[in-house]
Amino acid sequence: MSSEWPLWEIFIRGQHGLNHRHVGSLHAPDAEMAIRNARDVYTRRNEGVSIWAVKSNDIVASSPSEKGPLFEPSNSKVYRHPTFFDIPDEVGHM
Amino acid sequence: MYAQLVQSEGGKSRAEMTPREIAFQERIDRGEKIEPKEWMPEGYRKTLIRQMGQHAHSEIVGQLPEGNWITRAPTLERKAILLAKVQDEAGHGLYLYSAAETLGVSRDELMEMLHSGKMKYSSIFNYPTLTWADMGAVGWLVDGAAIMNQVPLQRTSYGPYSRAMIRICKEESFHQRQGYDIMMKMCAGTPEQKAMAQDALNRFWYPSLMMFGPSDKDSVHSAQSMAWKIKMNTNDELRQKFVDQTVPQAKYLGLTVPDENLRWNEEKGGHDFSEPDWAEFFEVIAGNGPCNAERLGARVKAWDDGAWFRDGLMAHAGKQEERRAALRLAAE
Ligand SMILES: [Fe+2]
Ligand SMILES: [Fe+2]
Ligand SMILES: [Fe+2]
Repeated sequence: MSSEWPLWEIFIRGQHGLNHRHVGSLHAPDAEMAIRNARDVYTRRNEGVSIWAVKSNDIVASSPSEKGPLFEPSNSKVYRHPTFFDIPDEVGHM
Repeated sequence: MYAQLVQSEGGKSRAEMTPREIAFQERIDRGEKIEPKEWMPEGYRKTLIRQMGQHAHSEIVGQLPEGNWITRAPTLERKAILLAKVQDEAGHGLYLYSAAETLGVSRDELMEMLHSGKMKYSSIFNYPTLTWADMGAVGWLVDGAAIMNQVPLQRTSYGPYSRAMIRICKEESFHQRQGYDIMMKMCAGTPEQKAMAQDALNRFWYPSLMMFGPSDKDSVHSAQSMAWKIKMNTNDELRQKFVDQTVPQAKYLGLTVPDENLRWNEEKGGHDFSEPDWAEFFEVIAGNGPCNAERLGARVKAWDDGAWFRDGLMAHAGKQEERRAALRLAAE
């Protein structure tokens, strides 16, 4: 029985000036092959100008059960949004 | 479609559900996506693995009938197009395998289940591709039927599956168009070429209708899958849509759909048509279609013959890693 190639997460920058975005994953024996395979699997139609490959095992993710404690605190801080403040029309654009 | 007769697990009534299961169902009803690490009922997970696995296997095995014509395409351009189409199907298989793996099944396990016959692939790929016109019929009808099923699945509840389907759907319409384009050329050609196109339609019509699977309007499995939004329409709904879409396309080509019962039904706003031979369908699913042994044999051979290559690259990667570690140590 052969040992399975490790899983890599693939991130692609679609255009200059944009962030890399997660597009999916693939198996590859090493980083070089991960990039080559990502080229073939995820950019067959000019979808990218740059590829990042990260071993899936190296990704640290927040756990779904922490969703409350992690993200709820910001719910109550509505003043972080500019629309919280009423600025009179006479003041003009701000 | 690419997933036929997928048995779903569950089928609990509301009263039998635990509070957790009720909360899960409510998330789905609200249109929320379920993501890999989140809690899900075991039946949901298992049914999805089955369905996505079967879908992925279909994409991969589906390369074989078309691969058959790559070296014999009539022009260099047709060859390049067919190659690109078949390469897309490899990509589709890979997106779907990766998505299935987020549910805790490994790629090797999925492969093993395909090779042992424990998991199926679509019945359609067990039919032979005898002439170049079959490349037209496959793109037009088989990819056409697949699209019917895949478009609604973009809204499926499982996040990775939905995202894979969105990518796939973006690529599929090229497949169907290149097939129809082949049919148009054949139908505008010599009488012999047009006869080949008609023959391809004759052979692929009913197997294409079988892709949607037998009627499931009374099936509990389907009802559960639909509640979980891993199945979006009944098989009959999709088949009807496919027939209604395809009949005018055949007419444009000047081809005859091989069904004497086919006619427009004003009342239902759709065509009446003959059911495919479901006995034949079950035979094909059971492994007794014209090409089952050949298709599965080709997959198993590719897997076995590639073992030294997969192992070799792993060994190489291991050595490179050791070398890098030694260098790091020396530098410290
Ligand atoms: Fe596909
Ligand atoms: Fe396909
Ligand atoms: Fe396709």
